[in-house]
Amino acid sequence: MLKVKDLHAEINGKEILKGINLEVKPGEVHAIMGPNGSGKSTLSMVLSGNPAYKATGGSAEFYGKDLLAMPPEVRSHEGLFLGFQYPVEIPGVSMVNFMRAAVNAKRAYFNEPPMSATEFLKMMREKRAVVELDNKLASRSVNEGFSGGEKKRNEIFQMAVLEPKLSILDETDSGLDIDALRIVAEGVNKLKTENNATIVITHYQRLLDYIKPDFVHILYKGKIVMTGGPELALDLEERGYDWIKEQVDKEA
Amino acid sequence: MNALTQYLDLYHDHRDLIDSKSAKTMNHLRPEAYEILKNATLPKEGTDNYENTDLQGMLAPDYGLNIAKLNIDFNPAATFHCDVPRITPTPFIVVNDSYYPSSKALEGLPEGVEVGSLKQWAEKDPETVGRHYGKIADIKNPMVALDTLLAQDGFYLRVRKGVKVEKAMQLVNILQNGMPLMAVRRLLIIIEEGAEAQLLVCDHTQNPELDFLALETVEIYVERNASFDLYNLEESTVKTNRISTLYLNQEADSRVVIDGITLYNGTTRNEYYCNFRGENASLRLLGMGIEDERRRLSNYTHINHAVKHCKSDELFKYSVDDEARGAFTGRIYVAEGAEKTEAYQSNRNLVGSRTARMESRPELVIYNDDVKCSHGSATGQLDSMQLFYMRTRGLDEATARLLLKQAFMADIIDGIRVDALRDRLHLLVERRFAGASSACAGCAGCKD
Repeated sequence: MLKVKDLHAEINGKEILKGINLEVKPGEVHAIMGPNGSGKSTLSMVLSGNPAYKATGGSAEFYGKDLLAMPPEVRSHEGLFLGFQYPVEIPGVSMVNFMRAAVNAKRAYFNEPPMSATEFLKMMREKRAVVELDNKLASRSVNEGFSGGEKKRNEIFQMAVLEPKLSILDETDSGLDIDALRIVAEGVNKLKTENNATIVITHYQRLLDYIKPDFVHILYKGKIVMTGGPELALDLEERGYDWIKEQVDKEA
Repeated sequence: MNALTQYLDLYHDHRDLIDSKSAKTMNHLRPEAYEILKNATLPKEGTDNYENTDLQGMLAPDYGLNIAKLNIDFNPAATFHCDVPRITPTPFIVVNDSYYPSSKALEGLPEGVEVGSLKQWAEKDPETVGRHYGKIADIKNPMVALDTLLAQDGFYLRVRKGVKVEKAMQLVNILQNGMPLMAVRRLLIIIEEGAEAQLLVCDHTQNPELDFLALETVEIYVERNASFDLYNLEESTVKTNRISTLYLNQEADSRVVIDGITLYNGTTRNEYYCNFRGENASLRLLGMGIEDERRRLSNYTHINHAVKHCKSDELFKYSVDDEARGAFTGRIYVAEGAEKTEAYQSNRNLVGSRTARMESRPELVIYNDDVKCSHGSATGQLDSMQLFYMRTRGLDEATARLLLKQAFMADIIDGIRVDALRDRLHLLVERRFAGASSACAGCAGCKD
């Protein structure tokens, strides 16, 4: 589904990604870990099309299409979802209107008529249940005044509504207490099928107790320097990143 | 050359005609206005408080004036459909500078509401009109003097003591003529002790190809424990100039909302002078402008906390695009004895292009320690992370921008206390940002 080859990217003229290679197939869960500043969030921003970031080399294909050539909204329509590390507050735009606009934009992209009001509300109800999101939040402005946990649950709720093929969850665990973490992780697991895939970007192994990865990649200085199974995450938890840094820096 | 000269000459040459088509109470002040204007110089664009207002330029063209009060062919049913339905079935109408009588508009009003032509009420009740006309508007302000010199009619509303008008009333100011025109009108509003009323004023221009200048002075008295909402919606044209000067007096325990919404305009100068005269009174002063192409909007506000225990809450928002220019000057004055004053002022602006300009001057002058006051101004662009967030959910950039701009204006519209008007305005603002050439769409497209 996703094939990233030798991807280079920069922000404000500073190169952050220095040749990423990554392949994700349907049904897989990939974890990307790495120390601060290694380029984890940049990778999520580049893949989802943040205009502030510039891909300067390499390629990213999504179901055979050139992902990097698509504007962010088309990437979304094609089935890519980004769960934000810091979900953005949008005062004055209600959650319900936002989601209706999002759902209908996707339908328009596939030449389908807009969803009826009843159908839409029914779907919202069902999807809310996935992350136990309070109905009251739907009438509020997007993320405004939401607690940290509510914001992250709201991300997974949006993921449930948009039914992406590939979800990139950028530090979805940051700022969550253990109960909120469980709810968010369970939500992600409920949405998992053999046809979709997830890239979990995280700092800590903790989240991976709940969302079991098939592959764990270590990102350091803009490159994936090591790939392994779930045991690699446990290794990191125990030994930290220093031994990897040392190894990589020595090779360089 | 002084742009005022032509108006002085007009008065000088046609004084009797002007007086004959107006009322004594109004005529009475003209000589004083004339003397003041003779010695007045118009403030230059770029000077203090006139950063973005070229009064000289606005007044210089030789617009026609209808001082003889020749009838203008006007049939509201045929030409005008209001853009804000469901507020009142039949609004009051002022065509150019004259009240258009309609018995239908008076239907359903409670006893104790006196409304209609200012000229007629000045003849019918010279005592009340005389006690209020020209009493708070500062005739030394050249725009007030010019209005006083030439206004022959306008709109009058008096809500008598204790009368509560449940339904919002509506006044429509229409500019319509076969050639360029200057309309000079006057509004006098008296909300007596304990009375309550809401008035929506809509400004429209029927002939988009013609130059118009609307000059108005508004005097509003809100007496003890009375409540008044004024919503002024301008939906005119790029060739319409508007100079509006409003004076408000608030007595003790009174509550006022003023919301000035500039949806479509050409060049607009609004001045608001608000004065607290009694304790425990409150004022919400709101305003917004959506300016694109080469439109210009300048709002000047002055809130005078002359007495203690009053609260004012002021918020103005602008969106300027293309080559449009916006200006806001907000002045709050807290007098020496005005302890426990609460005064908040905020101006926030979105600038959408490199060639658009916004000027903002928030000012707070406080002569008292025991107050809660704040003022602030922020001018910038749409938040790029908000835009990106929305796009990752599948909204294209144009839609995301539209939603964010609408959201930006939401609190100005939410300040409206008439439900139907608030809902309608959300829609009108949405359409405006979506690029409808005019929210009234020739007034035929408002059937929904």
